[in-house]
Amino acid sequence: MDTGISLIEIGISHYLIVSAILFTIGVFGIFLNRRNVIVILMSIELMLLSVTLNLVAFSSFLNDLTGQVFTMFILTVAAAEASIGLAILVTYFRNTGQIMVEKMNEMKG
Amino acid sequence: MIISTIVFYALAGVLILSSMMVITSKNPVHSVLFLILAFFNAAGLCVLLGAEFIAMLLVIVYVGAVAVLFLFVVMMLDINFKDLQSGFKKYMSVGGLVGGILLAELIVIYSSWSFSKSAPENIKFKTPDITELSNTEALGRILYTDNLFLFQIAGLILLVAMIGAITLTLRTRDGVMKQDVSDQVNRKREDVVKIVKVETGTGVA
Repeated sequence: MDTGISLIEIGISHYLIVSAILFTIGVFGIFLNRRNVIVILMSIELMLLSVTLNLVAFSSFLNDLTGQVFTMFILTVAAAEASIGLAILVTYFRNTGQIMVEKMNEMKG
Repeated sequence: MIISTIVFYALAGVLILSSMMVITSKNPVHSVLFLILAFFNAAGLCVLLGAEFIAMLLVIVYVGAVAVLFLFVVMMLDINFKDLQSGFKKYMSVGGLVGGILLAELIVIYSSWSFSKSAPENIKFKTPDITELSNTEALGRILYTDNLFLFQIAGLILLVAMIGAITLTLRTRDGVMKQDVSDQVNRKREDVVKIVKVETGTGVA
């Protein structure tokens, strides 16, 4: 089987590489914005988006709808995670007046 | 064929560029707006893959709910974002190293991806032909039958998230005049009225 990637013919590898780049950008964003919780949460959303793209790509190229069903559950978890995370953030800001990640050590975890 | 190739590259390029802008832009409001652009382009890629329902779901849930929630929080909190930017260059090298290694590994794996011969035998829900059943209907047919319990659990997760978010952010302020119906209903005669027998000429202490 030919393993080279054609630039014209869009196969599953193209989608997978796009989603890999997106995931890496998410990881890189967490490193880059170590102090800013909001951007860290956005990076997590980007990583979840890349997982979504991955599942949809496999579902499409394999002709199996299971991937798309799972995508919906990932969407659910992503929405729940974002809402809880931002609620914690708002409460934390209300109590302390800042959102510096380094100073979040009340629980000594 | 060539048109779909061009569309793929356009969507993927804008997706990657805008997600790059999400993590590098100075102003978090711009970050959120680029995040919305990234979600739209991901939805476009899903349309290109033939998953229209997921694409619309991405637009509705991610853009309509999650990104707007981010926008609300970014605008609501009064934060000096200049301080949060420091240390950007310090972590650039280690982040670039980890990210580069991760990306290189993933690309090495993915670029040579091919399905095994037995992969089509493991298909559980075959995608029906688009001429006889639309994507939304096909998804609904398996979501509400074979995946019913998963669907219910997803609803439960959303309920827990909703209650959690409300209880976390709810606060009762002091000094606010507010009607409390249960207090009013639970008010008993014995608690508030006292009958005192007053002797003539002494008064009530």
